[in-house]
Amino acid sequence: MMLLDLIVLLFGGGILAWISGRMDARFPRWVSLIVLLVGLLYLITHWVGADPDLADRALSGIPSGSGVWQFALVADWMPLFGVKFFLAADGLSLALLVLTFGLGIVAVFSAWSEITDRSGFFYFNLLWTLAGVAGIFSALDLLLFFFFWEVMLIPMYFLISLWGHEKREYAALKFFIFTQVSGLLMLLSIIALAFFHYQQTGVITFDYFSLRNTPLPEGVGIWVMLGFFVAFTVKLPSVPFHTWLPDAHTQAPTAGSVLLAGLLLKTGAYGLMRFILPLFPSQAAQFAPIAMLLGVISILYAAKLAFAQLDFKRLIAYTSISHMGFILLGIFSANALAMQGAVIQMLAHGISSSALFAIAGSLQHRLHTRQFSRMGGLAKTMPNTAAMGVFFSIAALGMPGFGNFVGEALVLFGSFQVNPLLTMLATVGMILSPIYALKIIQKVFHANAEAEPIGDALGEQARAEDFRFHERLSMGLMVVAILWLGVHPQPVIRLVEPSISALLVPAPVQVSGLAQQDEWSIGR
Amino acid sequence: MLNAIACVTLLPLFGFFVLTLLRPPERVAAWIGCGTVAAAAAILFTITIGFLQNPPAEGHAVVHYGTWVGIGSFQPGFSAWVDMLTLTMLCIITGVGFLIHVYSAGYMVRDEGFARYFSYLNLFIAAMTVLVMADNLLLLFMGWEGVGLCSYLLIGFWYRDPANGAAARKAFIVTRVGDTAMIIGFFMLYLQFSTIDIAEILRRSHEAIYFNQSLYTVVALLLLGGAVGKSAQLPLQTWLPDAMAGPTPVSALIHAATMVTAGVYLIARTHPLFMQAPLAQHAVGWVGLLTLLIAGASALVQVDIKRILAYSTISQIGYMFLGLGVGAWSASIFHLMTHAFFKALLFLSAGTVIFCLHHKQDITEMGGLRKLMPLTFASFVIGCGSLASLPLITSGFYSKDEILIGAWNSGEMAFFWGGVVGALITAVYSFRLVFVVFFGAPKTHPDHAPTLNMQVPLVLLGILSVMGGAIHLRLDGVLPIGSHEVSTGGHGMISALLIVLPLVGVALAWWLYRRGITWTKTTGAPAAMLFFRRGWAFDALYDAVLVHPWVWLATVNRSDVVDSGYTAVARLTQWLYQQASITQTGSVRWYAGVMIFGFTLILSAAVFL
Repeated sequence: MMLLDLIVLLFGGGILAWISGRMDARFPRWVSLIVLLVGLLYLITHWVGADPDLADRALSGIPSGSGVWQFALVADWMPLFGVKFFLAADGLSLALLVLTFGLGIVAVFSAWSEITDRSGFFYFNLLWTLAGVAGIFSALDLLLFFFFWEVMLIPMYFLISLWGHEKREYAALKFFIFTQVSGLLMLLSIIALAFFHYQQTGVITFDYFSLRNTPLPEGVGIWVMLGFFVAFTVKLPSVPFHTWLPDAHTQAPTAGSVLLAGLLLKTGAYGLMRFILPLFPSQAAQFAPIAMLLGVISILYAAKLAFAQLDFKRLIAYTSISHMGFILLGIFSANALAMQGAVIQMLAHGISSSALFAIAGSLQHRLHTRQFSRMGGLAKTMPNTAAMGVFFSIAALGMPGFGNFVGEALVLFGSFQVNPLLTMLATVGMILSPIYALKIIQKVFHANAEAEPIGDALGEQARAEDFRFHERLSMGLMVVAILWLGVHPQPVIRLVEPSISALLVPAPVQVSGLAQQDEWSIGR
Repeated sequence: MLNAIACVTLLPLFGFFVLTLLRPPERVAAWIGCGTVAAAAAILFTITIGFLQNPPAEGHAVVHYGTWVGIGSFQPGFSAWVDMLTLTMLCIITGVGFLIHVYSAGYMVRDEGFARYFSYLNLFIAAMTVLVMADNLLLLFMGWEGVGLCSYLLIGFWYRDPANGAAARKAFIVTRVGDTAMIIGFFMLYLQFSTIDIAEILRRSHEAIYFNQSLYTVVALLLLGGAVGKSAQLPLQTWLPDAMAGPTPVSALIHAATMVTAGVYLIARTHPLFMQAPLAQHAVGWVGLLTLLIAGASALVQVDIKRILAYSTISQIGYMFLGLGVGAWSASIFHLMTHAFFKALLFLSAGTVIFCLHHKQDITEMGGLRKLMPLTFASFVIGCGSLASLPLITSGFYSKDEILIGAWNSGEMAFFWGGVVGALITAVYSFRLVFVVFFGAPKTHPDHAPTLNMQVPLVLLGILSVMGGAIHLRLDGVLPIGSHEVSTGGHGMISALLIVLPLVGVALAWWLYRRGITWTKTTGAPAAMLFFRRGWAFDALYDAVLVHPWVWLATVNRSDVVDSGYTAVARLTQWLYQQASITQTGSVRWYAGVMIFGFTLILSAAVFL
C-alpha cells in the first residue's frame, strides 16, 4: 500500500495546494513542503520496517526474483484488457523515490521566493509532476507506466509555459512535442509486445514479469525495442534527440529546471534500465554498440556545446546531456560494475545539476540575467552562493570525493571490460568537463565585475543579497548528500545490487500460471 | 601505532573543514592551519621511528580502515600502504609542508582570504598524503586529483585578476590530459588483473601467465602520461611556469617540493611494470633528458624570479625522470627529497624578496640585496648552491651525482652526457640569479623586513639543504638495486668531472655577469633568446593546434547544428499547412469543381485499374 499512499499523497497534496492558494498566496509552498516532508518520512519509516516476504507473497504467481521486491501492490484495473494496477518497488526504485522527494523539497525551496504569481496552480503542477515521476519509478504494468509517463508531462508543460522566461512558449511546446511523439512510439511498442505475447499464450497482459518471457519474431523485435529506446533516449536525452533540453531547461522557472534535470531525465535512464535490458535481452545486446556510441557522442558533443554557451542555465543544460551519456554507456555495457555506476551517476547528477540550476536560478532572480558577460566577481559580494557554485562545479567535473566521480569511474571501469575503444573515447570527456566547469567558476564567481562594467548590472550585483536561510538549508542538504555518495556509496550499491543482478540475468522461465492475478493481493 | 597513520590525513582534513565552515580570524586560522599539520608531522615521525626500529617482516604493512566501493572484484578501500617509500614521501610532505605553513602565516598576513588560504593548504596536505599512502588505484586517483584541485584553487587564489584564473585553469586542464591517460592505464590494469590493489598487481606482474610485453608497454606509457602531466615534463610542462601566479609559499609547497614530484613517486611505486617494459622505461629517461635540457635553457633567460625557479623545477624533475629511466630508482627518490629541501628554500627566499620589495618579481629591478637582506641572501646562496650541486657541501651534489652515475652505468651515453650538460646549465642559471639579484648596485630598497615566522623556516630549510645529503634513505626493500649502486669502473674520472663542473658553471656565470651578459633584455634580444624565454614556443604551438581550433569549433556551432534538423521539420509542417490553407477559399463553385474532379479521378481509377 505504501507506494499507492505516496502517489495519492502527491496528487492530493497538489489539489490541496491549489485550493489553499485561494486563501493566501503563501500557503501553497507550505502545503507542498509539508506534503513532501511527510512523504519522505513515510517512505523512510516504511522502508526500514519493510518485509520482502510480504512483497513476494503479493507477487505470488508472478515469477520474480525473490527478495528483490520490497513493496508490491497488484490489483485489477481494466480486466478486459488485462491491465493491472501494479506497483512495486525494489532497491533501484526506492533509491530513486528518495531522490524524488528530496529534490522535490529542493524544488520547493528554489521556488519559495521566486514564484508569487498564481502560486496555488504552480505548486499543484509541481506536485503532480512529482506524482507522475513517483508513479514511473514504481509502476510495473506497462500501460500504467505509460499513464504515469503522460501524467508527468502535462503539469511540466504548464510549469514551463506559464512561469518560464522570455521564450517559454516555444520551449514548452518543443518539450511537449518531443516527449509526446516519442511517448507514442513507446505506446505502439507496448501494444506490439502485448500482441505478440497474446499470440503465443492467448492471454492479454501488460504485466512486466509476464512480458519478460515473450519471444519476438526475428527482425521485428529490434523495432519493438527501438520504440522504447527512442522514448527513453529522448527523455534522457541522448544525441540526436537532445535539442529540446537546452530550451526547456533554460526557459523553465528554477523549480522546473530542478525537476527536469534532477528527476525527469532520470525517468529516461530508469526506463532504459528497467525495461530495455530485461524485456529485450538479445535485441539490446545486438544494439548495444550503437547505444554505447550514442552515449559517447553525447558525452563529447554536449561537453563541447556546454563550453560554447554564453547563458548560465544553458551551459548547465548541456552538461546534463554530457553526463547522461555516461548513463547510456553504462547501461548498455550490461555488467554489474557499469550498471552500478549508472545508478550512482543518476543520483549524483540529480543532486549536482539541481544544485547548479538552483544557483543559476537564484542569481537570475537577483541579477535579472543569465548571461555570463553580465556576471563576475560574485565571490566577493555573495560568498555563500559562490562557495556553493564552486563546490558543485567541481562536483560536475568529476572530482573524486564527490558522487559524480564514483558514478563515472564505475561506468568507465565497467564499460572498458566490454568495449575498450569507446570507453577510451568517453574518457576524453574527463578532459572536456573541467573546460566547461571551470568556465562557470571563472565567469560567474571569480574575475572582477569592474573589469566589464555593463549598464546597471554592477549596481545590481553590489546590492544582490547572498543566499537566504531556506536556500542555505537546501544547499547544505545537497552538499552532504553528494559527499556521502562520493565517499560512502556502498549502502546505495548494496541496496540496488539485487535489482541489478535481476535486471542482468536472463528472465526466468515461466512456470506457474497466472491464476491468482484476478484477486486483490496486497503487500505493504 | 601504525593504525594512527590515518591521522596524517585526517588532521589536516579536519583543519580544512574547520577553516572552511567557520572562517576564523587570522590568528586562529594560522594556529589551526599550522597546528594540524604539526600534529600530523609529529605522529608521522613517531610512526617512522617505530617502523625503522621494528620493521614488519615483509618490509611493508597495510592498514585497512573501510570500504569505499565494493562490487565483485572491484574493491577499492580506504586503506594505507606503509613502507619506506611511503614514509619517506610522507616525511617530506608533512615536514616541508609544516615549515611552509609557518612561513605562510607571515607571508599572507592581512590578506582578506587568509582563512581560505589555510583551508586549501590543509586540504592539499590531506590529498597529498592520500596519494602516497593509497594501496589501490582508485584511492591513488583520489589523491592525485585532490592535489590537482588544490593546485587549481591556490594558483587562482587571488581570483580577482583574470590572468590568475587563466593560469589556474591551464594547470588543471593540462594535468587532466595526463590524468586521463593514466586512468585509461588503470582500466587496462583492472581488465588484465581483475583487481585494483596496487601491491597485488605488481606482484602478479612478475608471474609468467600474466606476461604480456605489449600490454605492459602500453600501460607503462599511459602511466607515464599521467606522470608527465603532474610533474610538468615534456610535452605537458607548459602549465608550471604559469602556475607561478599563485602565492609564493604555494609555489614552494605544491609546485616545487611535493605535488609536482607525484609523477616520480608514481613511476617509482609502479616500477615493476616499467621493468617489464624496457621500451617505456627508456622513454621515461628520454622524457627526463629532453625536459631537463629544454627547461634549463629556458631558465637561463627568464627575467621573472619565480619563472626562473619554475623552469628550474621542471629541469630538476627531469633529472629524477632520467634517474628512473636508467633504473637509478632510489637515487631519484633521493633527489626528490633534496630537491624538496632546496627548492622550497629557494622559493621561500624568493618569496621573502618579493614580500620585502612589495611584490616585485622582475629581477632587472633588483640588485645589491646582499647587504640589505643578509639572511635571505645566505639562504638563497645555499639554495642555489644545492641546486647547482656545488661539491661536497650541498645535498644536491650527492643526489645528482647518484643519478648521473646511474646514467653512466646504464650504458646509454646520451643520458650521461646530456645530464652533464644540463648540470652545467643549472650552475650557470642559478648563479646568474644570485648575482643579478644580490650583487651590484641596489635598485629597489626593501620597505619592510621579513617576520620571524618567515625567517625560522628559511634557517631550518637551509640546514636541511646542506645536511640533507647525509640522510640515508632505507629504500632497499621497496625499490630494486639501482644502476647507480653497481660499480662498472671509470668512476674516478666521473666524480672528478662532477666536482669540477658546477665550479666551472659558477665561474662562467660570474664571468658573464661581470661582462654584463645577463640575458635580461626584453626588446632587441636575439631570436633564440626570446624563443627560449617563451618556453620553446610550446604555448604558441598548443594554442594554434588545440586551443584555437577548439574555441572555433565551439563558437561556430554554439546553437547546435542538430537542432536545425528539427527546425526544418517544423518549418516544413508550417509550409504545408499554409499551402493547404490557400485552398480554403470559401468559394462554393471552387469546392464543387474540385469535388467533381476528385470524383472523376477515383472513378476512372476504379474503372481502368
